[in-house]
Amino acid sequence: MTQLALVIDLNVCVGCHACVTSCKEWNTSGEAGPMSDQNPYGADPSGTFFNRVQTYEVGEFPNTETVHFPKSCLHCEDPPCVPVCPTGASYKRKEDGIVLVDYDKCIACKYCSWACPYGARELDEKQQVMKKCTLCVDRIYDMSMPEADRKPACVKACPTSARLFGDVHDPESVVSVAIREQGGYPLMPEWGTQPSNHYLPRKKTRITLHPDELVRSDNPLKADGREPSTNGNGNGPTLEDASNW
Amino acid sequence: MHPAFSVIFLTTLIGAAQGLFLAMVAVQFHVGVNGFAAPEAVGFYAVGSVISLALLGAGLLASFFHLGHPERAWRAAAQWRTSWLSREVIVLPAFMGMVFLYGVAHWQGMPTLLPALAGVVLAFALFVCTGMIYACLRFLREWHSPLTVLNYTLLGSASGFTLATAFATFSAPHAVRFLGGWAVALTAAAFIGRLASLIRNARLKPKSTLQTAIGIKHPKIVQKTQGFMGGAFNTREFFHGKPVATLRAIKWFFLVASFFVPLLLLGFGGDGAAIFLILAFVIQYAGLLAERWFFFAQANHPQNLYYQSIA
Ligand code: SF4
Ligand code: SF4
Repeated sequence: MTQLALVIDLNVCVGCHACVTSCKEWNTSGEAGPMSDQNPYGADPSGTFFNRVQTYEVGEFPNTETVHFPKSCLHCEDPPCVPVCPTGASYKRKEDGIVLVDYDKCIACKYCSWACPYGARELDEKQQVMKKCTLCVDRIYDMSMPEADRKPACVKACPTSARLFGDVHDPESVVSVAIREQGGYPLMPEWGTQPSNHYLPRKKTRITLHPDELVRSDNPLKADGREPSTNGNGNGPTLEDASNW
Repeated sequence: MHPAFSVIFLTTLIGAAQGLFLAMVAVQFHVGVNGFAAPEAVGFYAVGSVISLALLGAGLLASFFHLGHPERAWRAAAQWRTSWLSREVIVLPAFMGMVFLYGVAHWQGMPTLLPALAGVVLAFALFVCTGMIYACLRFLREWHSPLTVLNYTLLGSASGFTLATAFATFSAPHAVRFLGGWAVALTAAAFIGRLASLIRNARLKPKSTLQTAIGIKHPKIVQKTQGFMGGAFNTREFFHGKPVATLRAIKWFFLVASFFVPLLLLGFGGDGAAIFLILAFVIQYAGLLAERWFFFAQANHPQNLYYQSIA
């Protein structure tokens, strides 16, 4: 059974919000209707988003790390938001595990949003229906698009490739491999919701650099004496100078 | 959670209506229909049913204000297999229908046993549905307890019996003492139940933390941005936004108004002094509005962990 999901790499997310804007752009333009904004240019702007990027500071100064944390519906394998819905507007698709809201059935009772521990659902104040991430269900199966584009808009937009998309039930998929090999974890595992989306942890990145790795000895610009050489003040001989009369 | 007035009115109004109905049936089985002269029976049971129906109707009306698409409300009956809200949506009109039949049966002098028994079953079913809507949400830990269902039942019954006592001074004076006794007992039981849940909730330790919310195991994590500068559904729906002092004041108000004052007034009005009994109901109802507000405000949703700092 397929379970589509996102894997978000907190180690490379730079918090640029490209996924947020690209998600909003794609999903506000679809046939499901716009994702309304209230007061977009006023004092207290507010709007409907499927995806938010938050920022946390971990640790104590000066040993702090900034963690950017993209947050959207996790398409739980056992989604508590679905059984509580009185109308059946909220449902989980059998074929690919995507949790969706049928906007034509939703009565905006907000009960599902109470039942989601992650706050992943947002009521569209104008349309008065519950909204949430659809994993771009109207993109990923669109055969009129080139195959490379059949991915959620956020995944396509991410400049650092922090967002991976695939089937977490297929052990060889890019997402399963990432979860397995890079310590992917779910959010709030204590509630047994079994989120399909996973997060990859931050890791320490260290590299050792030797001085001669910083300067290319065969730098062509060196030929006219403009560019640095390796003696530290920029005009000493290089190995090539010595071997290349 | 942000207390919604639609839901506060819905739950308190139908609770009182269910209690009133149970009170009428209790009187019926206690004194037997024959204990009443016919016109008196019409006055108590038929008019009582009308009052109960009016409260239920007002509650139903209030509930529509909670919905973004009230015109589609009929769809809410669809998922009764899994959703307590859906079950409530079915049981509430069924109960209303039964109260109507019960009133008509008394008014027309027809047999009332069947609508009385079916009504009692539906009244309790409705208490269970209403309570379970909240009690079934496992991560809203203040609600996730059998006490929630018990208290919905006791609080609704207490206010309904108080109302029935006040009403009986006009329509069935010889039932006042019986009803008043029950109103006192139920109000006292409701006080114990509510106190138990207050004590339980005060001792709850949160299961989710910022650490489990973002999955970083470090004791010191501070949120720097929540992703937007203005408001959002997440910051409106799940926060009551009132200072702790307000919460505490409302708690004391509801403890006094829903339990102590009505108990005193029920004592004074035991011999049928209508003014005390009417006051008892009005004050108790006001107290229950505050109680319900507090019930919602006190519930701390784990999603709030993600919304602790704006910029
Ligand atoms: S993250 Fe929330 S809205 Fe999404 S499937 Fe899980 S419980 Fe439902
Ligand atoms: S708000 Fe809509 S989707 Fe959510 S529980 Fe109510 S009807 Fe279902």
